[in-house]
Amino acid sequence: MAFIEVRDLVKSYGSFRAVDGVSFTVEEGEIFGILGPNGAGKTTTVECIEGLRERDSGSISVMGLDPEKDGPELKQILGSQLQESRLPDKLRVDEALDLYGSFYRRRADPNRLIDSLGLGAKRKTPFGKLSGGQQQRLSIALALVGAPRVAVLDELTTGLDPQARRDTWDLIEQVRDSGVTIILVTHFMDEAERLCDRLAIIDSGKVVALDTPGGLTAGVSDEQRVRFRPSAPFPDALLLELPEVAEIARSGPQVVVTGRGNLLQAVTSVLARHHIVAAELRVEQLSLDDAFVAITGKSLEH
Amino acid sequence: MSSLAKLIQTEARLYARDRTSLILGLTLPTVVLIALGIIPELRESSEDFGGVRFIDYFAPSLLVVSVGVIGLTNLPVIMATYRERGVLRRMRTTPVHPGKLLFAQLLVNLVAALVSALLLMAVARIAYDVPMPEHPLGFAIAFVLGMAAVFSLGMLVAAVAPTGRTATGVAMVIFMLIMFFGGVYLPRFMLPEAVATIGDYTPPGVQALLDSWSGTAPSAVQLLVMGATALVVGALSARLFKWE
Repeated sequence: MAFIEVRDLVKSYGSFRAVDGVSFTVEEGEIFGILGPNGAGKTTTVECIEGLRERDSGSISVMGLDPEKDGPELKQILGSQLQESRLPDKLRVDEALDLYGSFYRRRADPNRLIDSLGLGAKRKTPFGKLSGGQQQRLSIALALVGAPRVAVLDELTTGLDPQARRDTWDLIEQVRDSGVTIILVTHFMDEAERLCDRLAIIDSGKVVALDTPGGLTAGVSDEQRVRFRPSAPFPDALLLELPEVAEIARSGPQVVVTGRGNLLQAVTSVLARHHIVAAELRVEQLSLDDAFVAITGKSLEH
Repeated sequence: MSSLAKLIQTEARLYARDRTSLILGLTLPTVVLIALGIIPELRESSEDFGGVRFIDYFAPSLLVVSVGVIGLTNLPVIMATYRERGVLRRMRTTPVHPGKLLFAQLLVNLVAALVSALLLMAVARIAYDVPMPEHPLGFAIAFVLGMAAVFSLGMLVAAVAPTGRTATGVAMVIFMLIMFFGGVYLPRFMLPEAVATIGDYTPPGVQALLDSWSGTAPSAVQLLVMGATALVVGALSARLFKWE
């Protein structure tokens, strides 16, 4: 059996099917992303895994435990970081970790956790006096204080400034390297691309794609674009002869060549042979963003 | 330390750090008592009060303030805020049920109400020579049942109020009614008889407190009503309680 297995998960709120037959497996030690637009059913899916909601049908197994039947046991090994969950304003960082640590049989060393999350200087600071990024890091620390085998992180970096986001990403990689399997819910493409080993794209309650970030973009199209400003004029035919090139377009001094395979190599070597220098050379590959739009027909709202 | 002990310790700490609720909750009734006692006329026996001093008569009514401020303004607001901020929800993802947090919070507030009442009685005794309850057992029972009834109302507000603001509003209305019927705004002998009678059965049951204070056994019916209120309303709030 897979480390984590979700099969045919269905959850409705009234007549609205928030999750409509979601299935995926997560391997031990990976960072598995769940990506999708707002309201796609991402959070409901992980809430069923965390044991916060009862599913209507389907099955969930985390290391052989069912969140509904084995709730207390599962919660010993699964740490959760929730969207928009706060602590009492006057609770201090070290007290919060001490309190939440007392809930678990196994415990991570709170001092090391505080240090590794960069909260060392904030031990005695009450929650209400922490910055948004620090509150978020404390929330991650609380998800890890029970030394979990699995961590579910929901909208981890929403509301953080760019530097805090990058720091948080480094942190998540460290956590994975320490052997924790991570389910990461996000609606940020760059975050998914940077962190996830594999990811499921969920839209309208269904998994519409499931692959590695590279596999998702390649699956949509392997088309590339090379854009440059030539030092001397040349006829289109020069490049169109190449098997890699599909199309050539010009806009002002700029030339845009579309094609497949080793396009950049092919184009630059032909230009070099004709002593044309390609200035402002850029290669554009399909991003996960483009793949997402191609798969779901929607763009993510940031 | 067990998770429950840690929760109690944490909630006690947070209570102590909230200066407003600490000062208001623990000392307001005592401050009112001291202020009234400064007026000489209220420290002399008067025919208006049936030959006793006003201060002797009014001290038990101030117990209603002790219990009411904590059980109705502090407890429900904190619990509703915990729900609003997702503290209860966060706890649901851990192996410890948030019911333990609720219990810890309840316990801390009960102790605070008790401390507030004891402080009031001690100051009344020391500063103004107010006699202590002459029927101590009856008084203890009346106080505990009355406090339980007020707290159950506070828990009911906590159970259903979606936000801290709603909880504050609803609890404030109940608090004012309890103060009114408990003879805090107007001494009970100045209230119309019907109102005073309703007051006998309004938590925390001030008549039972007054009777036992002056040496009469409290009325069994009044005590039963308080106990039943605590049980029924307490069970109802447990049933209705929303964790998120």
